[in-house]
Amino acid sequence: MAEPEITEDLIAAHGLKPEEYARILQILNREPSFTELGIFSAMWNEHCSYKSSKKWLRTLPTEGPQVICGPGENAGVVDIGDGLAVIFKMESHNHPSYIEPHQGAATGVGGILRDVFTMGARPVAAMNALSFGEPGHPKTAHLVKGVVEGIGGYGNAFGVPTVGGEVRFHRAYNGNCLVNAFAAGIAEADAIFYSAASGVGMPVVYLGAKTGRDGVGGATMASAEFDDTIEEKRPTVQVGDPFTEKRLLEACLELMASGAVISIQDMGAAGLTCSAVEMGDKGRLGIRLTLDAVPQREAAMTAYEMMLSESQERMLMVLKPEMEDAARAIFDKWDLDFAIVGETIPEDRFLIVHGNEVKADLPLSQLSSQAPEYDRPWIEPPRPAPLTEPVEIDPVAGLRTLISAPSYAHKAWVWEQYDTMVMGDTVRSPGLGAGVVRVHGTGKALAFTSDVTPRYVKANPVEGGRQAVAEAWRNLVAVGARPLAATDNLNFGNPEKPEIMGQFVGAIKGIGEACRALDMPIVSGNVSLYNETDGQAILPTPTIGAVGLLDSLDDLIGGLPAEADTALVIGASAGHLGQSALLAEAFGIEAGDAPPVDLAAERRNGTFLLDNRAHLRAATDLSDGGLALAAFEMAEAAGIGVALDSGDLGHLFGEDQARYLVACDAAGAAALIAAGAAAGVPVAAVGRFGGDRVRLGESEAALDELSSVYRAAFAAAVA
Amino acid sequence: MKAAVITFPGSNCDRDLAVAFAAAGAEVARVWHKEDALPAGTDVVGIPGGFSYGDYLRCGAIAAQSPVMAAVRAHAARGGYVLGICNGFQVLTESGLLPGALMRNASLKFICKRVGLRVATADSAYTAGWQAGQRISLPVAHHDGNFAIDAEGLARLKGEDRIAFTYVDNPNGSVADIAGILSDNRRVLGLMPHPERAIDPAQGGTDGAMLFRALMGAFVPV
Repeated sequence: MAEPEITEDLIAAHGLKPEEYARILQILNREPSFTELGIFSAMWNEHCSYKSSKKWLRTLPTEGPQVICGPGENAGVVDIGDGLAVIFKMESHNHPSYIEPHQGAATGVGGILRDVFTMGARPVAAMNALSFGEPGHPKTAHLVKGVVEGIGGYGNAFGVPTVGGEVRFHRAYNGNCLVNAFAAGIAEADAIFYSAASGVGMPVVYLGAKTGRDGVGGATMASAEFDDTIEEKRPTVQVGDPFTEKRLLEACLELMASGAVISIQDMGAAGLTCSAVEMGDKGRLGIRLTLDAVPQREAAMTAYEMMLSESQERMLMVLKPEMEDAARAIFDKWDLDFAIVGETIPEDRFLIVHGNEVKADLPLSQLSSQAPEYDRPWIEPPRPAPLTEPVEIDPVAGLRTLISAPSYAHKAWVWEQYDTMVMGDTVRSPGLGAGVVRVHGTGKALAFTSDVTPRYVKANPVEGGRQAVAEAWRNLVAVGARPLAATDNLNFGNPEKPEIMGQFVGAIKGIGEACRALDMPIVSGNVSLYNETDGQAILPTPTIGAVGLLDSLDDLIGGLPAEADTALVIGASAGHLGQSALLAEAFGIEAGDAPPVDLAAERRNGTFLLDNRAHLRAATDLSDGGLALAAFEMAEAAGIGVALDSGDLGHLFGEDQARYLVACDAAGAAALIAAGAAAGVPVAAVGRFGGDRVRLGESEAALDELSSVYRAAFAAAVA
Repeated sequence: MKAAVITFPGSNCDRDLAVAFAAAGAEVARVWHKEDALPAGTDVVGIPGGFSYGDYLRCGAIAAQSPVMAAVRAHAARGGYVLGICNGFQVLTESGLLPGALMRNASLKFICKRVGLRVATADSAYTAGWQAGQRISLPVAHHDGNFAIDAEGLARLKGEDRIAFTYVDNPNGSVADIAGILSDNRRVLGLMPHPERAIDPAQGGTDGAMLFRALMGAFVPV
């Protein structure tokens, strides 16, 4: 079939800027074919090339004695002892989820699971960080329902427990929701599979589902802003099939155990193109593909369509040729496609043949090495004025406002649609800080959390970046885990705007500082830019997914407060109300600076908590909503009341960092206070758990009444 | 006791069920659905939860046609024990080994949570460790757990004391709050809740362990 002529319009439709096209001409010394243009656009879009973010991502700390493999592979790999490793990553599926929430979110989950099992790990935990527009916005309820159903539909059928996540609402997400999917798996540390091809003349094998026309151009779509033509983009969203993914998982793990795999790479964004180039590039080899051999779901597919399809549940593998029969038998067993579609070649060449015609003939290494990289201009956002006006509200009325807001209400409506317990190793389900999953067959456990406070990042990107890392670190500590490493999912607006780029640069600086200070390197991640609609950007949302290790389940701090327990705060409280949840929800004010993060205090206070865990019955970190919200949540989960002594709004709702709320019996409280004095860590008794009322200073209400509000608000908001 | 746990494509609680049988002291074999025979000496067949064949046609309908199911039917006909959990329960109704059908939850949503159950009869190898009427707690996790049966079938289940478990607070719309039922010889049990997810204190409950222990008891000479 004749390919279309290359015109200026066609180049622009591929998201390539004129100067980028000029670079293509320079590399090739000729005009590209249509298929070649498609391949360049797939490799050079923002989503795949990180062209605006690379310069800054390089500044993040990615190493540590625990790190087996940092960023650059499908997911990060971290040592957890006893010959095992945890493999994890978080990735966004924002643009597709806004266009088609169910399938967009489902395939986001599918993609991140493949990133984990393509490295040889069986997925053991998933999380999802979701940001939606105002509850009253006409699209919000539809998006929430579709996204949650899509995540559940895929993860539940695949059989991975969803153990944590976040759901927030803010008008800045009205035109762009965020769906950040995290997955973690466990593998033998000496049996990790990487993507670099090796050996010349080795068969390149296509595995999994057939290729269709779905998702053609998806990565390019995800690298642009939205406008009123959004409905036309629906065909760029892929359709997920968790049943095939589950079979692909089992087949891949059997295949890996058989010793047949030289290297393997999942087909994610830009499908066959990205995976083949990645394998060749990392192995310093060329790749030749014969597309006639690609299993196809639809008739008369062109080379262009096959190279750009984002059909799901597919893998590309370089196979040990002598193992072909054994490998094929495994895929036959699972009724999945297995097709030799090409081979590795010695020269630096990406050669695509279809119907005996050469459809593309490109210098392979230059597709990534010559990809554009931008040092985009950026400006530091103006420092917000400190909060000066005093706020006044009855403390319990303030609490009621918070727990009635869907961002802070009980989220059972969401997590009860997710299978949180499949695999039988879930120790802590969603709803109470970090999720905890046993390492199957051992006495160890892993803790998972996902955190960011976008309001802070908007007000002060550096402090907000630090805070996201610090909060994730605290959430791991609060369940008794030793923080190991993190993954970052950086969601921002249009990087071509200097103020947006400034948010990005600042957040990265803060994240890097905090990760260094807390020894929690970034081992994987994803950048999602252009989250804008009609020029309106989202709140800068650098989601931090973090993983911690419990050497023994005995180390778990997993209890709930009991009648007559003392409530104590570890860490200093200054009553910082700037950018607080109370201001935003009760007064509609997003003013003041983000709370300052003292990383030395974070480390000291967290270490103190871990050292003194024997004295604690329950613990939680203090974050947005402050002491009042944390104490209410803890008490409500235990089904008992709580009384906090002070009625001061700063004390109750301030969002000072480096703090934890803990519950101790009388002896534990005395011991903790003494230990704090000895270690120079502020520890203060702030109230008492028990009874059936919630009292904040002089203001009080029945627990039952607040509990009903708290448990009904989310469903009501998305009804 | 020798247990055989079947794996269909899309099963995802097969390992969990094998772990639960083994924890109760059973010898466990894993059986691929394309096998046409069960391992020699199999006492109990476990049909696990999950999404066999993606639940794409009707939950359990395609799995019920798998080669191994002929062997499972023959095993049941010989008076062998068969335990179907969640998707396994759906496979058993689709196979005709248990009456009724599992429809979409009344809420139309997937539901995963711990629920209260009543042990409706202690008269089975599975429930012999409890008292009839005893309240226990087990997790559910399903999209299609809404048990339906015609009036005559329901009357028969009731009349023959074959309702094994009922929900305290019905999560899915099941008729007569039914969570699990027995075959007429009381040796085939299908239930939507997941006893295999409640065998260890770390999982937040141990009520499920009783079912496996009681079943073991059926094979220990008194």
